[in-house]
Amino acid sequence: MTLTGPKPAARVKRTAEGRPAVPHRRLRRMSAADRVVVTLMVVVPTLFVLLLVVLPALVSVLLSFTRWEGIGGLDTIQWIGLTNYKNIFTIYPPFYPALQHNLIWLVFLFLGPTLLGIVLAVLLDKEVRGSRFYQTALYLPVVLSLALTGFIWQLMYSRDQGLINAVTGWQIDWYGDPRYNLWAVLVATGWQHTGYIMLLYLAGLKSVDPALREAAAVDGASEVSTFFRVILPVMRPINLVVLVVTVINSLRAFDLVWVVNKGRNGLEIIAALVTQNVIGEASRIGFGSALATIMLLISSVFVVIYLNATMREPK
Amino acid sequence: MTTTARPAVSSSAAAQPELPGLRHRPLTPARVVLQVFLIGVALSWLFPLLWALFNSLRDYAYTSTHGYASFGGFTLKNYAEAWQRGNFTHTFLNSVYITVPAVLLTLFLASCMAFVLARFSFRLNLSLLGLFVAANLLPPQALLIPVYRAFRAVPVPEWVSDSGTLLNSYLGLVLINTAFQVGFCTFVLSNYMKTLPPELYESAQVDGASVLRQFWQLTLPLCRPALAALATLEVTWIYNEFFWATVLLQSGEKFPVTSSLNNLKGQFFVDYNLLSAGSMLVALPPIIVFFVLQRQFVSGLTLGATKG
Repeated sequence: MTLTGPKPAARVKRTAEGRPAVPHRRLRRMSAADRVVVTLMVVVPTLFVLLLVVLPALVSVLLSFTRWEGIGGLDTIQWIGLTNYKNIFTIYPPFYPALQHNLIWLVFLFLGPTLLGIVLAVLLDKEVRGSRFYQTALYLPVVLSLALTGFIWQLMYSRDQGLINAVTGWQIDWYGDPRYNLWAVLVATGWQHTGYIMLLYLAGLKSVDPALREAAAVDGASEVSTFFRVILPVMRPINLVVLVVTVINSLRAFDLVWVVNKGRNGLEIIAALVTQNVIGEASRIGFGSALATIMLLISSVFVVIYLNATMREPK
Repeated sequence: MTTTARPAVSSSAAAQPELPGLRHRPLTPARVVLQVFLIGVALSWLFPLLWALFNSLRDYAYTSTHGYASFGGFTLKNYAEAWQRGNFTHTFLNSVYITVPAVLLTLFLASCMAFVLARFSFRLNLSLLGLFVAANLLPPQALLIPVYRAFRAVPVPEWVSDSGTLLNSYLGLVLINTAFQVGFCTFVLSNYMKTLPPELYESAQVDGASVLRQFWQLTLPLCRPALAALATLEVTWIYNEFFWATVLLQSGEKFPVTSSLNNLKGQFFVDYNLLSAGSMLVALPPIIVFFVLQRQFVSGLTLGATKG
């Protein structure tokens, strides 16, 4: 945004002098037309993000301190301070189960599908016969929507017509019984998540300069130590993407749960609670916004961790 | 990279330059275990889909008398019935109206942003990338109320949407999908663009190429592999998007395939064969996109190693 400052040329020049180490990224030689183009290239996408994501997020935070039925105009909004939050923590039974379920979701995705996806990518990166077939098989579930995944697994899980009960003779309602349904849904989610991580990681592994491996092999390094000492550090950007994708998927867990039972009876998650309070029978916008704000706070923890890691990257 | 590729590449290897000594390995016990493990994983991953395909091809009367763990009663009529009852002609077109513009717009905006972020150093560089990544991480449910209210308040001309506002319009859905996806694409593309050799730009600058030309003729062609990978992901993600379409397009009239699924639930859930056929129909477009782009995908991803 320095480009749109009052004295663009002077400021840019100072920036350029301040960073002599990166001569190829200077703005110094830019013509006026170029400056306009560069500004537009930054401003238009930024406006999209600011107006449709950042601003609504801030408004959600503001609304969380109010009571509003959402029917009347904006003047019917009452400011009630922290009451919504107090109610969530004290007299809203589904809140703690939802928090716990989201956490289980995250831990499960990390220890199960994410690690499996990485291991599979590393295995498939070697020259394995039939590698294309394995990749395709693992990636196929990823191209399906989570809503559709819910339907497909219903064919496994249904109490009366599902395959699992038909084979085992059990009478378990996998999607309905609160003792099992979270795990049933997690398996269906993991079915998708594994392939996605595998694909991302494999793409990263393929882009590693083969000369690095050759050099390590010439030096007599074992495959294992080559991976941990040479490949893994080079893969830093992909490692971060994998981390972010796993966190996103567990915080955004919504579709599958909504399709199964709208997030009740053992499948409470925060995203579903927010939606229930907003488009449910009683629309409690302030209360729903307070839940949304808690969601935003949780995700911002990961955002900060993630951004910290990115900022430390050598420029 | 092509100069290092060996002439006799085995058919299974995807144009990946190979290390000497890695090919024609003897069949050691470790490799047998590896193959068995991979076959096991691949088959169990395919199984739920194959099971749905299998049952979509069977007659309901047959499976209700013999149970689902049986073999026989094959028919194609579930597909015809599911297509008609689910109004798939209409909902597929709706998905196209939303997905195609949203993917193109997302990739274009993300390329612009990533280009500037990767190419130039200015003060807010890092903060902007941070903002984009952070925005991409936010859960959509947390933004529901303000977005819904704003869309209801913003008028659009009649020729854009018959609803008269962004709410209940294809345009609104295109915009919100783009806003949500542009962060991820910018992040991936700017990482990718940073790996391009700076010397490329130096020579272009000596030749007096404008920024726009450098972007269009130098950077974008080099990013084709990343753009193809992102296009594949974004087509599937936006086609599969469920939440925004469900809440922002309240009339079933404009629902894309994925959101209309939930409406079908009621009529399909008694007949699992019909449900399977409907699921297969919904699954087909992203699977086709994946298979069509897969070749470009694999060769493109290996191209990432090329540094000029």
